[in-house]
Amino acid sequence: MTTTELLWDALAKVALILAFISLNALFLIWAERKVSGFIQRRLGPVRVGRPHGFLQTIADVIKLLSKEDVVPGPADRLLFILAPVVFFLPAVLVYVVVPIGPRAVISDLNIGILYVIAVTSVGVLSIFMAGWGSNNKWALLGSMRAAAALIAYEVPVVLSVIGVIMLAGSLSLQDVIRAQDGLWFILLQPLGFMVYIIGSLAELSRIPFDLNEAESELVAGFNVEYSGLRWALFFLVEYSNIVVVSAVGTALFLGGWRGPFLPPVVWFLLKTYLLVFVIMWIRWTLPRLRIDQLTGLAWKFLIPVALVNIGITGLILL
Amino acid sequence: MAHAKPDETINPIGPQEHREGPDAKELKRRELIVNMGPQHPSTHGVLRVILELEGETVVNATPVLGYLHRCFEKICESWTYVQIVPFCDRNDYVAAMLDEHAMCLAIERLMDLEVPERAEYIRVIVTELNRIASHLLWLGTFGLDLGAVTPFLYAFRDRELIIDLFQRLTGARLFYSYLRIGGVRNDLPDGFLKELEDFLDYLDRVMGEYDALLTNNPIFVARTRGVGVLRPEDALRSSASGPFLRASGVRWDLRKNRPYSIYNRFDFEVPVGTSGDCYDRYLVRLGEIRQSSRIIYQALRDIPDGPVRADVPKVIKPPEGRGYSRIESPRGELGVYLVSDGSATPYRVYWRAPSFYNLQLLPAISRGYRMADMTAIIGSIDIVLGEIDR
Repeated sequence: MTTTELLWDALAKVALILAFISLNALFLIWAERKVSGFIQRRLGPVRVGRPHGFLQTIADVIKLLSKEDVVPGPADRLLFILAPVVFFLPAVLVYVVVPIGPRAVISDLNIGILYVIAVTSVGVLSIFMAGWGSNNKWALLGSMRAAAALIAYEVPVVLSVIGVIMLAGSLSLQDVIRAQDGLWFILLQPLGFMVYIIGSLAELSRIPFDLNEAESELVAGFNVEYSGLRWALFFLVEYSNIVVVSAVGTALFLGGWRGPFLPPVVWFLLKTYLLVFVIMWIRWTLPRLRIDQLTGLAWKFLIPVALVNIGITGLILL
Repeated sequence: MAHAKPDETINPIGPQEHREGPDAKELKRRELIVNMGPQHPSTHGVLRVILELEGETVVNATPVLGYLHRCFEKICESWTYVQIVPFCDRNDYVAAMLDEHAMCLAIERLMDLEVPERAEYIRVIVTELNRIASHLLWLGTFGLDLGAVTPFLYAFRDRELIIDLFQRLTGARLFYSYLRIGGVRNDLPDGFLKELEDFLDYLDRVMGEYDALLTNNPIFVARTRGVGVLRPEDALRSSASGPFLRASGVRWDLRKNRPYSIYNRFDFEVPVGTSGDCYDRYLVRLGEIRQSSRIIYQALRDIPDGPVRADVPKVIKPPEGRGYSRIESPRGELGVYLVSDGSATPYRVYWRAPSFYNLQLLPAISRGYRMADMTAIIGSIDIVLGEIDR
């Protein structure tokens, strides 16, 4: 391919990812409202776009876009403006290796899993930029919590994935899926799956781990000073990350695109959104942990469990 | 801890100071002072708490009151007794029936007025029902403080049914103006008792949902067990009352210990806690919902026929004198002190708001806990700013 062709190819892929992220957020925000509504014996949105208010999110987006762009006076302007962008970039990048079908993947990197872990850990940087740059005490507290929590939870997530890598013998997500021929890794690695889901919930900062936002304690946490488009960007990425976590979880533990009768892409999306639903379900059921309990859970429980899991896997492989 | 001098109250942490280039010699340790409220999702109204934080640990918490002050007591001095009773609704606005009950009892005591039997039973029914509504509201918001959103809507679902019953009875949903000096405004509508009984049966069934969502939830227990511990001697010294006091193990309920109205006729228990932490306060209130339901069942069974209002003169002029009467409100000992000079308006009204006394203990029970515990602790006191600020 010539350079021009490469450029167009890359642009098309970026456009694809951006389109997916936006549409996905539109759908998931609506879905989350509906799921929470039904769990709480309400209807959720019903007015905008009948039936079931499916246009509600679009109305909200228009509202957010038409808001005034506010940068608080005491804020560190550069950090404040950069933070949402820094938050957004890894969310886009991580889709590069998500395999939705046997050949439907933008780039099947041979270090795909490592890539996912590396790219997603940039997020904490932007949260800290937002919290620090806002020059607001609540935001600062929120971002300090986020830093403590995300660093603590990166370790068990990485450890939980190691068991899968040992079984598959590869860091490529496609190889991992191919290795799950017949038996999904959730059956071979139940501990690993549990640690992965709990750790991911914490990395997503969702209830019971939503300490950096903690509506009822920190008002809104690190993004308290953000409004309009910038805030929408945080929100967008949050929902994009839910899908990323679910998609990677699907690839690692639920057999990826494998499944009978239906096309692989459908299977992959089905499993992914099933995990998304579980994550929402958890959010609307549980209370919130405290910061010391949160980090305690990671260091004292999840990491030992993940290590034991690796040990058992190693023994069986021997 | 030494109090911060005015120039020290500026937040030392922040990019602006950093940009100016800190002088290493001037850097020193200071508590981070955070202003929690008056506009904050978990201060239950317009309470403002000034927090001094060391990292996430609370060094001191100072409540600042008065944002809802509206001269309740002073206004009462220029209104007639009949006008005052509905005005009391605005104090503890989630349990307005009990406000009215306290004021009516005080005026009736001054006048030495006998309330008809049926009216007493109706009063017990509506106040206990209101207590359930108040505790349900507390239960929901307490869950919300801890990040559990769903119990809030479950509690509101059940509270709504009580409010619907009240609407049928009084026409109002929050400020009922139902109790009158010498009785109640109107008799129960047709079929009301049946609907009430259906509701209580329903409530018994759904209480298990709260146990599933909160009582037995390990995260909820971890967040509330051992948090905000109040020792009984501290509680008594600061004249705390209500479930807040009982959770510390002090069995003191005015309905039982100093029975007013006709409470000595009912068979019920007073739930008490053992450790005085947030979880015990939660359990005590949950237990009180069940006990209130028990009292209403008995009242439904025994309620006699008859008039619902005593013969009361149009213009109420209690004889000269003074009197204090107190009731057990959902938040504690709700007292009304009245001084009459023999005219149609009281000479002096004092309103002993239980949450005001309970809130005094906030600094004592929050020192040393985490910032995140503050919402649990404030929530567990169950304050209503309407009666604190008056």
